[in-house]
Amino acid sequence: MDFSGFLNNLTPATGFFYFLSFLTILTGLMVVLSKNPIHSVLYLIATFFCLSGHYVLLNAQFLAAVNIIVYAGAIMVLFLFVIMFLNLKQEDEESKTNLTKIAAMVTGGTLFLIFVAVFRKTQFGAFNAYSFDSQVGMVESLGEVLYKDYLLPFELASILFLVAMIGAVMLGRREAGDRHF
Amino acid sequence: MRTLIDFVQRIFKTNMVSEFGTIFLFIVTAIVLIVSMLMLAKLLRPHKPNVEKLTTYESGEDPIGNANVQFNVRFYVVALVFLLFEVELVFLFPWAVVFGQATLIQQTDGLWGWFSLVEMLIFVGILVLGLAYAWAKGYLDWVRPQPKVPVIETKVPANLYQKVNEKYGRPSVNEK
Amino acid sequence: MTIDVALIIKAIIILLIFGITLLIAMYSTYGERKVAAFMQDRIGPNRAGPFGLLQPLADAVKMFFKEDFIPSQASKWLFILGPCLSMLTALMTSAVIPFGDSVKYESAPGKVWDIPVQAIDVNIGILYVFGVVSLGVYGIMVGGWASNNKFSLLGAIRAASQNISYEISMGLAIIAILMMTGSLSIRHIVEQQHGGNWNIFYQPLGFVIFITCAFAECNRTPFDLPECETELIGGYHTEYSSMKLGFYLFAEYINMFVSSAMISSLYFGGYNYPGMDWVQAQLTGSLGEIAGHNVGTLIGTLVFFAKSLFFVFFYMWVRWTLPRFRYDQLMNLGWKALIPLAMINIILTGGAILFLKPLIVSFLK
Repeated sequence: MDFSGFLNNLTPATGFFYFLSFLTILTGLMVVLSKNPIHSVLYLIATFFCLSGHYVLLNAQFLAAVNIIVYAGAIMVLFLFVIMFLNLKQEDEESKTNLTKIAAMVTGGTLFLIFVAVFRKTQFGAFNAYSFDSQVGMVESLGEVLYKDYLLPFELASILFLVAMIGAVMLGRREAGDRHF
Repeated sequence: MRTLIDFVQRIFKTNMVSEFGTIFLFIVTAIVLIVSMLMLAKLLRPHKPNVEKLTTYESGEDPIGNANVQFNVRFYVVALVFLLFEVELVFLFPWAVVFGQATLIQQTDGLWGWFSLVEMLIFVGILVLGLAYAWAKGYLDWVRPQPKVPVIETKVPANLYQKVNEKYGRPSVNEK
Repeated sequence: MTIDVALIIKAIIILLIFGITLLIAMYSTYGERKVAAFMQDRIGPNRAGPFGLLQPLADAVKMFFKEDFIPSQASKWLFILGPCLSMLTALMTSAVIPFGDSVKYESAPGKVWDIPVQAIDVNIGILYVFGVVSLGVYGIMVGGWASNNKFSLLGAIRAASQNISYEISMGLAIIAILMMTGSLSIRHIVEQQHGGNWNIFYQPLGFVIFITCAFAECNRTPFDLPECETELIGGYHTEYSSMKLGFYLFAEYINMFVSSAMISSLYFGGYNYPGMDWVQAQLTGSLGEIAGHNVGTLIGTLVFFAKSLFFVFFYMWVRWTLPRFRYDQLMNLGWKALIPLAMINIILTGGAILFLKPLIVSFLK
């Protein structure tokens, strides 16, 4: 295919979309392929950034910001903490036995199959320029929907948080013989 | 090349991505700035490493072991609790935006404000229960250093120091 | 070429904002030393140029020409990435700050461009700042871990824990402001504080919480535990030298300026000042519509910088006044004092909006 012809027919939004998708897949692959777990985490952060770019293209700005704040800002800090506390300099290759490798392949393969199946079954909504509301992803409309129509799920989410918080606190219980810094 | 320039120009003309396109530009400019500063510094500075220079600094001693030591699990718990509060915060942002919305308040005769405030109070209240639990159980207490006052065995009676201090107008050592 | 004037002006504004941020960060280092000297009854830097004004340039030259070591035990690429990330996140925040009202420009008779003095006016500006601030911790964590030094790692872990603890109360303080303004765009928030109608009068508690958290997020005294010299040598940047160390220090000063700018736009009206309508009327009366508007914008921008620089000075003032917290005190303040206070502040704000505001409005009628 003629590259310049391809560029000429490309609208900016689709151009950005291709660029971002390429970056997303690249960084996603690097998460899996890099040997150093810290590198993996950093690539994962980059992946989240690209996903936020996708959200922006979909005009879902609030989701884009939340994705950065919660996933890239909070969950990844947690990941980094865990990885930093492990002693990474000893390469424990011996833990990766053939059994784990096979188990990982089976799990990953099953997940992949599920994704393919879901993708095939999905019916994509067609784009209708007349009924399309560009404001649907804005904070205001989200707030109105969330706090008027989906009130009960919202309040139930707080109970979920409570359970999670108590779980987190139990995890960090001080035990006899703990080392403290 | 020509088509590329055209393409870039077209990107800036569309209004939809223009604000976020500017953010993208901003990030790219910042990265270019940082990389160029690093490269310039690399060109200018001397580079004469030796073993002594490249050792890890540990107050002049030879470094012992690796820096990856086990940490207090409390740091991890703080991060976990933080995560929950962060998600709560994310819920609060859209709420704060619609809370004072004039049209909604007019539609409901001012009831909307009270309704949404109570709604949010329940939500935050349940989370605060979690915080209160952690607080009451003492999981928020950081491990405090417990300084030991050294006990010195000496023939000189302790009150002699006291007398000397009083005589020369110094504050008492035992005063807390 | 068909690039329109607005785009060129936009590009100039972006470059100007970078330039101004860097310049202010550079001279903050000078200011810090001069303020410290003043408070300790010393003279401070006075050799390079008149009053030592060229000192920041001399420092920059030193940063460029010093030898740079990467410890043999460190992970090389992460070691380089750490300070770059710090610098990048610091530079990114200045994008959404409204420095001034708008510049009017007449390209053809009757066709007037109205260009805001701000790089980007996204309608989720506050969330953008919040997101970038939450990313700021990575530069320190990555750098501290990659150094493979015990002091650096301790500093990095402390920094991360401290930043995330204070981020929550900062967000809760911002929520209280959003309840009043109903918009996430910083420009809207500033516009609503027209004249002397500043948020500080409605949100005194929120302001105290916010500024405390800003100190903690910038790792400034009394919250400078991640780099406290007496315990951790240099903290997370113990192993750094030359330009990379410069990035870390520079990022701190940029963060200081940006947080000061945020404080002045969220609580102190940004480019608004009492009597601005009168000044504006006088200017448009004597200079004409467009020139008068532009001069008015310029005055507003100067007012904005005056406010921001005052808060930068406040950072320095506090640094040489208060001693450092102990780590358990820091955590207690964050979790047991600021978060409950911020929540009470939200409830108070909600009550005031629903109960007091209708009362006052009906009273005024």
